[in-house]
Amino acid sequence: MDYALMQRVFPFFLEAAWITILLSVLTAILGLTCAMLGTAARLSRFRVLRFLGAAYVSVFRGTPALIQLFILYFGGPQIGIQLDAFEAGVIGLGINVGAYMTETMRGAIISVDKGQGEAARTLGMSKWQAMRNVILPQAMRLMIRPLGVNLNTLIKSTALVAAISVVELTYTAQRYIGSTYKPFEMFLIAGLLYMIIIYVVGLGVTWADRKARLN
Amino acid sequence: MGLDFSVIPKYLDIVLLGALWTIAITLGAAIVSFFGGILLAVIALYAHPVVRWPFRVFSFLFLGTPLLLQLFLIYFGLVQIGIDVPAFVAGVIGLGLHFAVYNSELFQASILAVDKGQIEAARTLGLSRMQALRKVVVPQAVRDVIPPIGNNMIALLKDSALVSVIGVSELTLSAQRAIGSTYRPFEFYVLVAAIYYIINLGMEAVLRRVERRIQASK
Repeated sequence: MDYALMQRVFPFFLEAAWITILLSVLTAILGLTCAMLGTAARLSRFRVLRFLGAAYVSVFRGTPALIQLFILYFGGPQIGIQLDAFEAGVIGLGINVGAYMTETMRGAIISVDKGQGEAARTLGMSKWQAMRNVILPQAMRLMIRPLGVNLNTLIKSTALVAAISVVELTYTAQRYIGSTYKPFEMFLIAGLLYMIIIYVVGLGVTWADRKARLN
Repeated sequence: MGLDFSVIPKYLDIVLLGALWTIAITLGAAIVSFFGGILLAVIALYAHPVVRWPFRVFSFLFLGTPLLLQLFLIYFGLVQIGIDVPAFVAGVIGLGLHFAVYNSELFQASILAVDKGQIEAARTLGLSRMQALRKVVVPQAVRDVIPPIGNNMIALLKDSALVSVIGVSELTLSAQRAIGSTYRPFEFYVLVAAIYYIINLGMEAVLRRVERRIQASK
């Protein structure tokens, strides 16, 4: 184990870790937005919207995220979409993870007891009021933990953007493995940083989950 | 530069050959991840602490890091310690180990969920601990956990695209080769996405059928 080398390259990994964090945050925001739209579409009373929602989930979960990124980044210019690698990474991963989160959100909403919605309707609430005031607050509580799992996967899948040359943690590790021939050392540094990020996010999710349950 | 899908037929055989390799890698890695997962689960639960802890640390490292990073470690790590394996083998090992760790988590939970009376009964009948584990506990645990393991295998199919990065000529890399000579990334990546989607639908159909059979046998 070459500790001196590890010490020397560590600052570069740390810098790359910030890019990974930034990617994760932006991707999570876009993913959650896509998931809200996707869920609304899947639970809509219009058949066309339900079909579009289902198609979104099926196609983006049914094909590799890497290929989706490649279509956007390399194929995009052919249909008039010019993005730099970082933008393509955020948008590609965000739409992809949004499909997984759609399933999480929909699952939480439909697992709220049917009687709750019916009772609210009986009390004279409109369908939308029942959803907003009765069903969603309960579903929120149910979806925090599984969304946390989605977040964990998201952080690890930001590594994919290394394949379109965004200088984040995995790209940095790959570059230093290539130049130093010390794969294990580089893996340990990058791995440790990933696990710290995931651990901190996990603490946040647990905190949010506990808080939601207390209310 | 607009779209022109008419370039595809000329390269279709290369891409379809790549698809066959993707299926081969997925199958190979699925087998490694299935049996590796059972092995890891048994070690994590029952092995001597001296054996158990290194495996726990290994699992912890593999659960918390991206597959792509692990593929780099395995591909270049094997070369570093003097084992020069073909990229295909490194890809199968890397994918297989990654999902073995995930499967092991599922197996551990389902092994612990098998009724204690089952082991006691097997021991009473004169089976050794190892025999009881192998012939009584594990088969029941495996049956209970087939649906989530199946989902992991579908995830494995999609993640197999990553081994193109270490130079395994599967579906994704074969598309990149075709793109190299045609400069038509959009057309070929969409084609490849469609092929993955079809394989994915096939796997989902098989999994659903297996699930139904397990339900019926209970």
